[in-house]
Amino acid sequence: MSDAYDTVVIGAGHNGLVTAAYLARAGQRVLMLEGRAHAGGALSTEETFEGFKFDLGAHRLSRLHPPVVDDLKLASHGLDLLPCDPCVFAPSPDGGGLTLWRDPRRSAEAIRRFSTSDAARWPDFTDTVTLAGAFLESIYARPPIDFLDEGGPGALTIVGTALRLRRLGRRGMMQLLRMLPMTVTELMDDWFETDLLRGALGALGVTGMSQGPMAAGTAFAFLHQHASPEPAVRETLRVRGGMGALAATLRAAAEAHGVEIRTGAWVERVLVEDGRAAGIVLVDGEEIRAGRIVSNADPRRTFLDLIDPICLEPGFLRSVRNIRFRGVCARVNLALEELPRFKGAPGGDGHLRGSITISPDLEYLERAFDDAKYGRLSRRPYLEASIPSLADPTLAPPGKHVMSILVQYAPYELSDGVWDEAMRDELGDRTVATLAEYAPNVPGAVLHRQVLTPPDIESEFGLTGGDIYHGQMTLDQVYFMRPIPGWARYQTPIAGLYLCGAGTHPGGGVTGIPGYHAAGTILSDTD
Amino acid sequence: MLSGTPFHSRTAPLCQGHNWRRWAGYVVASSYGLTHDHEYQAIRSSAALIDVSPLYKYAIRGSDAERLLDRVLTRDVSRCNVGRVMYGPWCDETGKVIDDGTLQRLGDETFRLTSGEPNLRWLCESAQGLRATVEDDSDTIAALALQGPLARHVLGNACDSDLMDLDYFRLTFARIGGVPVTISRTGYTGDLGYEIWLEASAADTVWDTLVAAGRPFGLTPAGILALDVARIEAGLLLINVDYIPANRALIESRKSSPFELGLDWTVRLEKSHFIGRDALLAEWQRGPEWKLKGLELDWGSLERVYGEFGLPPQLPGVAWRTSVPVYVQGQQVGYATSGTWSPTLKKYIALAHLRTAHADTGTRVEMEVTAEHQRKRVSARVVEKPFFEPERKRA
Ligand SMILES: Cc1cc2nc3c(=O)[nH]c(=O)nc-3n(C[C@H](O)[C@H](O)[C@H](O)COP(=O)(O)OP(=O)(O)OC[C@H]3O[C@@H](n4cnc5c(N)ncnc54)[C@H](O)[C@@H]3O)c2cc1C
Repeated sequence: MSDAYDTVVIGAGHNGLVTAAYLARAGQRVLMLEGRAHAGGALSTEETFEGFKFDLGAHRLSRLHPPVVDDLKLASHGLDLLPCDPCVFAPSPDGGGLTLWRDPRRSAEAIRRFSTSDAARWPDFTDTVTLAGAFLESIYARPPIDFLDEGGPGALTIVGTALRLRRLGRRGMMQLLRMLPMTVTELMDDWFETDLLRGALGALGVTGMSQGPMAAGTAFAFLHQHASPEPAVRETLRVRGGMGALAATLRAAAEAHGVEIRTGAWVERVLVEDGRAAGIVLVDGEEIRAGRIVSNADPRRTFLDLIDPICLEPGFLRSVRNIRFRGVCARVNLALEELPRFKGAPGGDGHLRGSITISPDLEYLERAFDDAKYGRLSRRPYLEASIPSLADPTLAPPGKHVMSILVQYAPYELSDGVWDEAMRDELGDRTVATLAEYAPNVPGAVLHRQVLTPPDIESEFGLTGGDIYHGQMTLDQVYFMRPIPGWARYQTPIAGLYLCGAGTHPGGGVTGIPGYHAAGTILSDTD
Repeated sequence: MLSGTPFHSRTAPLCQGHNWRRWAGYVVASSYGLTHDHEYQAIRSSAALIDVSPLYKYAIRGSDAERLLDRVLTRDVSRCNVGRVMYGPWCDETGKVIDDGTLQRLGDETFRLTSGEPNLRWLCESAQGLRATVEDDSDTIAALALQGPLARHVLGNACDSDLMDLDYFRLTFARIGGVPVTISRTGYTGDLGYEIWLEASAADTVWDTLVAAGRPFGLTPAGILALDVARIEAGLLLINVDYIPANRALIESRKSSPFELGLDWTVRLEKSHFIGRDALLAEWQRGPEWKLKGLELDWGSLERVYGEFGLPPQLPGVAWRTSVPVYVQGQQVGYATSGTWSPTLKKYIALAHLRTAHADTGTRVEMEVTAEHQRKRVSARVVEKPFFEPERKRA
């Protein structure tokens, strides 16, 4: 081959960076083309206001795939994770609140103030979630079985999966299979009576989802957020310097292996010749040829925008068009003069160091979703906030703070009206007003406010429909059905074209696993 | 409710036998007279006027119209210049035929595609992402087939322009009785002939003008029975009879590829993309399992089979459309899907799907016939299609 590169990666999101680093590590000449000014995709920290640095996309880490951390020696490239303790503080509208800690015994103590029976159940709940989380992690750690692909992984992988399921024991297996399709409300019904606890946990079943806690499969979405063998419920991990620092770490690791990264380079089209990927064309017309193209863009964007429809079968395109992309999140960032003072909260700032969840009960969440179901912004939104400047003072001027808030539900498509300036302000106002119900000093403490609506998120990060997961994490869109049934193994109908982003198994979040599996697939294809 | 075609006010009074049949939601005459023989003879010896309005017709427009059709059809549509007509099938992703029809290029960015079954959904789906629109013109465009050795004379008499130069599978725009029409040198009879495409609202005028112009040439309205005999002689396929559209087949084995239907010549594997290409390429490499061929039944054998009962051979004057087993040495090797007595060739002919091993021209096979309630086998010879191909068809 006379091409200058073996592989061109479209998009330098964290998954793309992982894929590129692995390919370069295996000796390939890799070029990454990123449209934005920085690598990292939804891992993006910017000094939006002088002295105040905000995460524009993700603000906490799920769990970086350990092999990625080791293989790419991320520690030596500056990986600096900040585990949070407490994990979460859930203020109550009546004042006070519930704090959950990394240590289950400490959480149980906190819960005991609300309900002794809930406190008694907490250790068991932690074990159950850990068991299920560890199982999911073991599934996520491998590329999916593709039941539709006859030449696929074959019986051994299926047997392997079955064995891991068996290892949970009869009880564990039954519990897990029962949980996956449940609503997160039912899951909570199984365990707890305290509204505040149910609301704070249940919220994780709907984060990023166009669903309320009474929708089937939200228990799975909750477990997806716990896909880890660590015995922690609602664990929160941040990165020193903001999520952008993780992007920089991954970029450094990729470049150390020889990956060439060009930012400000939007890919307009993938060249297909004779059914094979042959290169790309940038929006400015520049053509770069390579026999292998990997797309970190979501599957919709990849197949519907970057490829001539002639090259793909109508049935395949129909499936791609039918992937559910439903943006429901907005990002509100506040530059604060002082820390929020939550009514009746314990003294000091200890409780503010993890996630701060405004979801006082499951009905609150469901009602917030009801608005979105009819295309309206939630009157009282669910908020997932964090104040990373507490643990990392570099993010704000001395004594001041940054608060980043994921606001839900803000439907991408409004039933009446559009996302204009007025709506953007409305969203910011509602967010601050909601916070003020719990921490009355917030409105007065706001120095600056940045609001990213779902269309802003779409245009900022190239996330179709503002869907933060590159396609909803519903049970019909995960595992061997991600992005679509029959094409779950990172390959595409176009030879030499691969997917590596969150639109593939195991989906959205900051894990690097899709990118890791994509690299594995590509390397085994080229053996 | 079934409706009449745009020509109903003209065809209804002529339909002496009230012999109507259903076609795509319309009624059309099976035969106008009590038998169709006279109408068939008009096709082969003078000129016949056949109402083919129920054909599905789609207008495809836009800067990507050519690319859309090139994606759908197996033919190389980039070679279909303005004024040209192309016949071809289209396939699903697995390379099985969905339908077949003629494609007229009316302008740089305007085409008309005909089909036997509704295809709007398939075309629209295939058009997603392309700058092309698909419109169903089936009800608004009427169509007449003017077929037979004197068709050119009739048309010359009826229309404002000279059609002497209109070559086979070309089209032109003209006026008949003042009505703007598209005339294509196409048809379903294998004879010299034209098809005339017009706005449904002008149907009466065009019909009347043609009938008047055709009087000196013995122009005869003909129904579907006559057409059916002619199309078998011409070796032309009929959807739902000679093949089952892939999107309607209940089981895989009922589907056919273009290779299996003898449409190899329409499949342009050198095109880099069209729907079904990968599957067709693979099939082409391994060779198709079936072939659609002609059968000519052996006269002596027919005489013997019927002779057993003291009867002369019973011949199908009306074409049949059922599945009839075909054997070689007692083993079934295929099935015939339509057959007829050819009055022109004076032969009993049929179209048959044969396993490739038994499909070579000249192979001796046996086709089942029912004589006096008993199933018998009549020997037959595998032949090339078309059975009948007069020089005037293309001349
Ligand atoms: C507001 C927000 C909050 C979130 N919060 C969290 C959280 O707290 N925790 C968590 O775990 N997850 C969170 N997520 C989800 C998580 O960030 C994503 O699922 C994950 O980052 C996706 O990574 P990726 O590498 O697959 O794709 P992306 O990060 O989306 O990267 C894709 C990259 O491709 C580039 N690109 C696309 N098309 C082109 C093109 N044509 N040419 C050139 N470049 C192109 C884009 O610019 C982008 O950089 C959040 C997401 C958002 C948006």
